[in-house]
Amino acid sequence: MRRLLTLHAFLVYLFLYLPILVIVALSFNQSRRGVRFTGFTLDWYRALFQDPRVLEYFLNTLTVAFVSTLVATLLGTLLAVGLVRYRFPGKGFLSYLLYIPVVVPDVVMGVSLLLLFALAREVLGFPRLSLLTVILGHITFQVAFVTLVVRSRLLLLDPALEEAARDLGARGWQTFWHVTLPLAWPGVAAGALLALTLSLDDFVVTFFTAGPGATTLPLYIYSSVKLGVSPKVHALSTLIIGLSAFFLALGYALTRRRV
Amino acid sequence: MNEAATPWQRAFRVLVTVGPGGLWLLVFVLLPTLLVLLASFLTRGPYGELTGPWGFHNYAKLFHPVYLEAFAQSLLVGVLATLISALLGYPLAFYIARHPQRDLLLFLLLLPFLTNFLIRVYAWLVLLQREGLVNALLGAFGLGPLVLYPSFFAVLLATVYTFLPFFVLPVYASVERLDWQLLEAAYDLGARPVRAFLHAVLPQTYPGLFAGSVLVFIPAMGTFVVADLLGAGRVVLMGNLIQQQFGITRDWAFGAALSVFLMGFVLLSLYLYARLQGERGLKDLV
Repeated sequence: MRRLLTLHAFLVYLFLYLPILVIVALSFNQSRRGVRFTGFTLDWYRALFQDPRVLEYFLNTLTVAFVSTLVATLLGTLLAVGLVRYRFPGKGFLSYLLYIPVVVPDVVMGVSLLLLFALAREVLGFPRLSLLTVILGHITFQVAFVTLVVRSRLLLLDPALEEAARDLGARGWQTFWHVTLPLAWPGVAAGALLALTLSLDDFVVTFFTAGPGATTLPLYIYSSVKLGVSPKVHALSTLIIGLSAFFLALGYALTRRRV
Repeated sequence: MNEAATPWQRAFRVLVTVGPGGLWLLVFVLLPTLLVLLASFLTRGPYGELTGPWGFHNYAKLFHPVYLEAFAQSLLVGVLATLISALLGYPLAFYIARHPQRDLLLFLLLLPFLTNFLIRVYAWLVLLQREGLVNALLGAFGLGPLVLYPSFFAVLLATVYTFLPFFVLPVYASVERLDWQLLEAAYDLGARPVRAFLHAVLPQTYPGLFAGSVLVFIPAMGTFVVADLLGAGRVVLMGNLIQQQFGITRDWAFGAALSVFLMGFVLLSLYLYARLQGERGLKDLV
């Protein structure tokens, strides 16, 4: 039984890693098509770095990710605090609204934002589809995730800690700044990291909300892949795989040290 | 809790904390959802704009066999991807939870998952293409080459691949909380392994199993990228139809009706799940 479970696990991990290893291997392959390794080359990387558009797309991706994560973390953290600490009309409704970006398929979210931006442009004259609309779209799904993550962290906290701060004479914002926020910090950091990952990974919402000049790396990969298998995309993918492995390993090392 | 605060102070605090995020959700979540609903009752104008007359004609169109087939295909991808994920993921969750190096194994599970979604789908295109690794291996055994791509099989495979960790993680959380004494008690009472598992272990993992199923089923139903790249027009799912209406065909009204239908189906599945799992169930999903 144990052996069977081990074999099963081995096969599943093989299934998970085979596609990635093949991409990495092919990015160093001289042959343009097929899996026969005809020789080691860095040509595809060279071609990638000589393409000025790729740098632009990379910078677009980072701009969208960092700006949207910053805004969403701020909005989401405040919203979570409000939802946990206060009672107000419409609270239940707002809590349900939070789940919509989490559960509704990306494609539906993408087209509904497209409709919103089209209407806004008709009525208000702005915004036209651009990097700005992509950022607005990303913030929208990120806010929901950040709020839910921070909220679950806040619910674990002991309310007596805040009461103690107040008994000792702390004002509302002092309690928030010196007690609530430091205690909620792991939740805020986790929420922000999740938001950043979601933004870097997103294709669908970007696809529907991006205008000319707002190409991100996932959009570039999509349009290249539509034209057929390309070793340049293998090289780009390998770089992205390496980068995510690095960041995940960093996170893993940091959490291990804390424990 | 805020005995010292006056009603004005309290209202101000709510406004500062809930105000910005709440307003964001109203403008960018509620309003667009209502717009989709509104658009679904309109008609495509000659230039692809939305105009009158109003009516249910877009919904009537959904019952055309072409669209029903797309819905059936989506449902099939959703159900099969969930079942295969369960077969692959359930035993794996046990293996990881009982392993001394489980942190490392979880890390290795998440690593491919954090690689860009498009790259993961693209990798299967590379593997399944005519000169790909799978056909090369088949060739070594004197088989093939088979046309593995574009196909329903390719779409299903890549769907399972991309959403599998969503299944493993909640099951793993259940297995970690498992009370193994119940299993020992079952053995002490003379149960055989299969019976002991079915009565002492399986029910304890239901929350994880249900959460995992929802987390695989919903995105699998709603994806258009996987079918777009690996089905290459031969496998048309609900998501593809929606994308087509907003792209090539420019029939936003019909696309909106398709979106409302898909959203309604997803929300209905979630409602049934919440009935099954109680209020806590929804919170387990995030």
